[in-house]
Amino acid sequence: MLTQWYVILSVVLFSIGVMGVLTRRNAIVVLLCIQLMLGASALLLTAFSKMHLSHAHVFSGEQASQGQIFVLFIIVIAAIQVVTGLTIILSFYKKTHSLDINFLNRLKN
Amino acid sequence: MNAIVISAFWGILMMLGGVVFKNKYHPKYLAITGVIVLIALNLLEFFTGPLIELPVFDMLKTSSFGLHFNTIAFTATLFILLLNGKEFKELGLHVSEYFGLIFFALIGVAIATSYNTLLLLLLGIELMVVPLYFLTGINYGNLKNSEASLKFFLTGAFFSAVIIMGITLIYGGNQLGSFYINFIALGKTDVNPLIMAGMILMLVGMAFKVSAAPFHFWAPDVYDGTPSVISSFLSTIMQTAAFVAFFRLFKTTFGQIQHEWQLLIIILIVASLLIGNITSVFQQSVKRMLAYSAIAHMGFLLMGILPSTDLATEGVILYIAAYTLATLGMYGVIGRMQDYTLEGFNGLGKKAPRLAFFTTIFLLSLTGIPLTAGFLGKFYILLQVATLEGMEWLILLSVLNIVLAAVYYFRIIRAMYFRPVTDEERGDVKGIPLLIFGIIALLTVLLGIMPDILTSWIYY
Repeated sequence: MLTQWYVILSVVLFSIGVMGVLTRRNAIVVLLCIQLMLGASALLLTAFSKMHLSHAHVFSGEQASQGQIFVLFIIVIAAIQVVTGLTIILSFYKKTHSLDINFLNRLKN
Repeated sequence: MNAIVISAFWGILMMLGGVVFKNKYHPKYLAITGVIVLIALNLLEFFTGPLIELPVFDMLKTSSFGLHFNTIAFTATLFILLLNGKEFKELGLHVSEYFGLIFFALIGVAIATSYNTLLLLLLGIELMVVPLYFLTGINYGNLKNSEASLKFFLTGAFFSAVIIMGITLIYGGNQLGSFYINFIALGKTDVNPLIMAGMILMLVGMAFKVSAAPFHFWAPDVYDGTPSVISSFLSTIMQTAAFVAFFRLFKTTFGQIQHEWQLLIIILIVASLLIGNITSVFQQSVKRMLAYSAIAHMGFLLMGILPSTDLATEGVILYIAAYTLATLGMYGVIGRMQDYTLEGFNGLGKKAPRLAFFTTIFLLSLTGIPLTAGFLGKFYILLQVATLEGMEWLILLSVLNIVLAAVYYFRIIRAMYFRPVTDEERGDVKGIPLLIFGIIALLTVLLGIMPDILTSWIYY
């Protein structure tokens, strides 16, 4: 099974997410990029789970499907982050009327 | 196990209590009762075993070290609520829910200290920080506060995603296809590039959660921007619980390949010590200074990971207790000051002699002066690091850093006793806060004389 293609795809998606977080200045776009990173992990976990299942030294399917169960938890965590993040971003927006996270540098002074 | 169930139950109780309570004082009393119940049940579990058995399929495994840390964390929560709890009702309308969020964060603390799979490590850390994202933004009218909250959320979510990717890569590289930390333990499986990459990503993510140096940039801004009651919770309980999770991960899962990660941890230690201490010297705000010095303290704690002896574990638990007590005492003092810059402390020794006395004890313990708990914590850890080969320079560096720390901690003591009074309004502490400050100071000194009362229990 060609797991390495999944690895490459996930690493590319993860890197796009990291680059987005580091370069974009809009709070909602940053949140979307974090979601992209979580999505990349979820994809890779599913692929690894299938890879383990096809190997002979994993004895039960139950053990190998742990990865797919983990994906459900990642989806829950992603949902929690969206809810938390949008609440916080909204309360920030109400005060500054801007989504620009360069505002955050003012705290340093 | 007891702590997880009871704090979940009490969190829901506090959340629903918001509907029932009309008086603003009652939620605080219910919360304090809840924390006392938590401490009692946790001690009961420590001595006689769990009261409530959950079918967790070995995903949670309580250790005496984890339970011991839980007791310290819950006691610290009790002190925080008693010292600064009244800040909550000045901040907003939903007092009961704020306490509920603290209980939800405590579930995370209890899970993060007793996890046995990487899944529960992740869930514990997320359960701990998600309520705190909300709590840092508690002061709704204040712009600085919502900036702090947004900054904490964006960086925290980013590094959580990094931890998740690390776990994924470790799962992929591990031949057994398991998340249990014993199965992943290297030595049972081969070291391969996937596991190494996963380990480095997890190291980065966890270093962020404990605010070790190259990943510390969020800490000063967040601690400075939030009310003292939340910053004391963040800088004591959240950071030390994340550190205990870090300790457990690197001692069990990656314990066999210490030679691979030792250099990375040493880089974190050196950077934390230098950046934390040198930046603290230039701070004018005492709250910001405490945030930077917390980074330096985390550097010291990380040193406890290097040696793998029982005495090092004792040193770590003693250091955690000393740091927690002194820091929450200092935030209790800051919560009582109108102005928490260095000038605000001028002449405190004359205006409020009792408060100044307690502040002095906490600062001496944070510096590491003998007869306080801070000294013995540092001493135990350094003594064990000295047994490792080629670590002499690290010990020398950390001793130099203690001297550097003395510079900025003693500056506050000088301001309190040798500067003229600037503003007259400040009253002294009395009543219950006086008693709590007294207990914290007494514990700090007592642990400095008889550390056995704390450390002997980790072998229980």
